[in-house]
Amino acid sequence: MTAAALLLLADGRFPAGAHAHSGGAEEAVRAGRITGPETLAAFCRGRLHTAGLTAAALAAAACAGAVPPGALDAAADARTPSPALRATARRLGRQLLRAARATWPAPELDAVARDHPGGLHQPVVLGLAARAAGLAPRDAALAAAYESVGGPTTATVRLLGLDPFDATAVTARLAGDLDRVADLATAAADDAAARGTDALPAASAPLLDIAAEAHAARPVRLFAS
Amino acid sequence: MHLDHRETYPPRHTSRLRDDGTRRALRVGLGGPVGSGKTATVAALCATLRDRLSIAVVTNDIYTREDAEFLLRNAVLPAERITAVETGACPHTAIRDDISANLEAVEELERTTGPLDLILVESGGDNLTATFSSGLVDAQIFVIDVAAGDDIPRKGGPGITAADLLVVNKTDLAPHVGSDLEAMARDAKAQRGDLPVAFTSLRAPDGVRPVADWVGERLAAWRAVA
Repeated sequence: MTAAALLLLADGRFPAGAHAHSGGAEEAVRAGRITGPETLAAFCRGRLHTAGLTAAALAAAACAGAVPPGALDAAADARTPSPALRATARRLGRQLLRAARATWPAPELDAVARDHPGGLHQPVVLGLAARAAGLAPRDAALAAAYESVGGPTTATVRLLGLDPFDATAVTARLAGDLDRVADLATAAADDAAARGTDALPAASAPLLDIAAEAHAARPVRLFAS
Repeated sequence: MHLDHRETYPPRHTSRLRDDGTRRALRVGLGGPVGSGKTATVAALCATLRDRLSIAVVTNDIYTREDAEFLLRNAVLPAERITAVETGACPHTAIRDDISANLEAVEELERTTGPLDLILVESGGDNLTATFSSGLVDAQIFVIDVAAGDDIPRKGGPGITAADLLVVNKTDLAPHVGSDLEAMARDAKAQRGDLPVAFTSLRAPDGVRPVADWVGERLAAWRAVA
């Protein structure tokens, strides 16, 4: 049962608004940093081990339930220097919360909607959704890690007309990295239960933050972020 | 894990009521191929109806804010009543498969400019298979035009066959492009049965009237339901 719930939560077709976001890939394509499968793989590996790890740990901690969602949201804010990315994360968090409440109704999710009308960072909501679906913290971490590379990959297929088989192979070859990031994130979430949110990783990729600001200012773009 | 009862999927996430229990704005989707006149129809509807209805618009531009800016430039509504949603290169996904961003946009418009009577959700120009989810809109209009070929109604597709109103726009161009309006009407009838079809020329004075009247009827029916 739980394995199936994880598949559902991590499915790109889960209707939570992610399809309109490229995870920084659109700006990287425009800047010539992603041009084909090799550069896409490098971009995804970089995003996974930085923003992806941070998101995965937030998701695992939210799923574990030891740290209140509001505190995790503040921790996410502190780890997201780009105002555009903070706004995007909260927007996606609101959209995911709607989908999660309809899919896995839970009083805890209703309380989050009531207490945080402006939304929480998406990885925090992802962890809470995983919890409502009966999943474990490592599942939530894995879903967040997978999402951190799945979004840019799908977007690159649309942006570059990249061969979809090559793009899918890129993700498949990151499988070992995804598992390692999920392990690290889960361990960090365990630490956070005892030591607070300072125990969560704060890995960041400055170029992603800078590029996100440039992207947000562009009048012509295909993706919202 | 908590799940809803097997037979019931409470519509609490796309509710028909506002928090205070009154009926929310009627949401009407406008879809159709690129260049058929969706934005022009939205602009004309706003200009015709805004004196008696409180209206807001969500646009789903494909890669710019062109449609939203067209509406702003033509001053059909104040800027705070127009929201542009970005669709990640897939306009049909944003109105059908994953309606999250559009739902959020319509709810935000209700919250910031409401109470509203009518929200028009304009799709990005797409193909003949693009239709709106019933979770997003209460009724949908599909806009085609005579210049794209008078065989489009015959070809069918979900937009042509199932939209609550089919609009055949740019009738003034029919003689110039050799389109047979009677054949289009006949084919539309065959595809749609009793569902209505409106032939419009937005260049004519009050050319959007058939569509505006239809919206008025839908709104009356929407309000009549307790």
